[in-house]
Amino acid sequence: MRIALTILAVAALASVPLWLRDPYLLNSLITTGIFVIGAMSLNLLLGFTGQLSLGHIAFFGIGAYVSALTSLGFDVGLPGGFRLVHAPWPPIVGFVLAIIIAGLCGYFVGLLSFRVRGAYFVIVTISFAEVVRLVALNWVELTQGPLALTNIPSIGLPLPGVGELTLRTKLQNYYLVLVVALIAYLLIARLVRSHFGRAMRGLMENETLAVSVGIDVTKTLTLAAVISAAIAGAAGSLYAHYIRIIDPEVFAFINTVTMVIMVISGGKGSLAGPVVGGLIFGLLPVALRPVMAPEAQWIAYGGVLIAILFVLPRGIVPSLAQRFRRSRSGTTALAPVALAETAVKERA
Amino acid sequence: MSEFLQHLVNMLVLGGTYALLGIGLTLIFGIMNVVNFTHGVLYTFGAYIMFIVVQQIGLNFFLALPVAVLAGWLLGAAIELTLLRPLRGFDIDTTMLVMIGAWIAMQSGTLWIWGGVAKSVATPFPEAPLVLGPVSVSWLRLFVLAAAALLILVTYLLINKTSLGRAMRATFQDHDTASLMGVNVDMIYTSTFAIGSSLAAAAGALLGPVYVIFPQMGDLAAVKAFAIVILGGLGNITGAVIGGFILALAEELGAGYVSSGYRDAMGFVIIIAVLIFKPTGLFARAERVG
Repeated sequence: MRIALTILAVAALASVPLWLRDPYLLNSLITTGIFVIGAMSLNLLLGFTGQLSLGHIAFFGIGAYVSALTSLGFDVGLPGGFRLVHAPWPPIVGFVLAIIIAGLCGYFVGLLSFRVRGAYFVIVTISFAEVVRLVALNWVELTQGPLALTNIPSIGLPLPGVGELTLRTKLQNYYLVLVVALIAYLLIARLVRSHFGRAMRGLMENETLAVSVGIDVTKTLTLAAVISAAIAGAAGSLYAHYIRIIDPEVFAFINTVTMVIMVISGGKGSLAGPVVGGLIFGLLPVALRPVMAPEAQWIAYGGVLIAILFVLPRGIVPSLAQRFRRSRSGTTALAPVALAETAVKERA
Repeated sequence: MSEFLQHLVNMLVLGGTYALLGIGLTLIFGIMNVVNFTHGVLYTFGAYIMFIVVQQIGLNFFLALPVAVLAGWLLGAAIELTLLRPLRGFDIDTTMLVMIGAWIAMQSGTLWIWGGVAKSVATPFPEAPLVLGPVSVSWLRLFVLAAAALLILVTYLLINKTSLGRAMRATFQDHDTASLMGVNVDMIYTSTFAIGSSLAAAAGALLGPVYVIFPQMGDLAAVKAFAIVILGGLGNITGAVIGGFILALAEELGAGYVSSGYRDAMGFVIIIAVLIFKPTGLFARAERVG
């Protein structure tokens, strides 16, 4: 049932460029897809370990900058009169490096910030993202600061024996994003159903109990942070090579909020949640554009976030899944559902 | 040396308003366990009230300040009643996200109404600064420091000498027991949020005329407030005052001796350093209101 639905959804998404000819809409779908990948990676932390990281855009941005700088090359002075010179490498190497370096950053940030919990964790993660943004803004020699890195080459796929296929068109980029999103989805799905995923959920439910049965908190959380950051870095790299211009605004807090909204509205802790929430909130600005001024759109954005938390605090996918189960199993199953509901309410 | 003295004077002026911001946030954080992301918007709101009252209505500068404080109080009470009261008992993440939603909506509202162009407020103070030997300070900044000091004193007295303050301290220590003793905890929450908000609005109303007023001015202010709260410890008013001055000093020295581009990074660096090395804040021993 679930596999059939997944295949159906993938087939539907893969068919989109066949009937959608509008380049603006296709462009919105590509950027939305990139943010959905980011949202899926955030969901790994937020939905499966219960840690609300509001600095997630840092890893996305680091991925974007690493990938862009790898493929553009740079020449910066270091303290002590040394110069670090890097000749441009193919963008695909940048993509791989983006994943590795974002993952490494995830490791160090995780190691430091998992010492605190709750509100303090949230504030540390925000601070980290802002420090990275300020470095990107002020280290002009490396990042061009507010002048932005421009002319970032499109990503190219090496084809053995044939040469290289450079993905320039929207159509090619759409399928690239779809494939990366699918890989990320399957990776996360595999992960949360493993022993490691059960450890993460155990931690989220009751940390003290999880520790007492022998779960290594720091190791589990840090591993989740590394994988989450690496996937976000991959999304950032795709973004850099698709948009082809990167400035420090990529680190804006509102981008993290966008990902959080995608996860929360779709349903945190649900695999399909970030995809559903991401498609809704990624395409909502497109739908609102003809009827609303940009400022009014953001007001609506904030309003919708509040409304979702009030009306569907568990998110769209879990609520729908529960309704579906209830209607299928009739009245006999109502008791456990009601029990589960009260349990959820009590936990909240 | 004279450069260093000048930095110290600037630190005093900035520190006063930072302390106001920090006290407001630490009260809300400590008593209500709410991470108030609308704090920066309230700061912006206070500044815009100054702009409206002085520039658009044409009232006296000194009259505009109490108006801004009162407006911040009312807006804070409204936010608490509509958004936070229905969420009582929900987890801290949910209220935090609701506050983020309110922040986005309100900041965009400001942008929509007044546009993105920076505004300035005319002040009745002379242009020429007060020169004391090697340092100089503008009369406006001196007034800002005095007003901030007065507001800090009023807040201190309110919390330590009045029955409302006693009820707030009791709620901070244990809201169930306070409720059993006849404290109306809902009312205390609303008052706390309103007082904290009015202090943020006051800080904005004081610093707005010093700099310029624009819709996003509150974002950095909010971060600074978080840094101060973390520095001073949760719910610790004295800590927030000291934290405000430490942050101002770090910013002045960072801007003066490192690079002005990193002035605003100091707050984040402090947050990260404190939470990693001393997560309870620098003044953990006195971790309670008052």
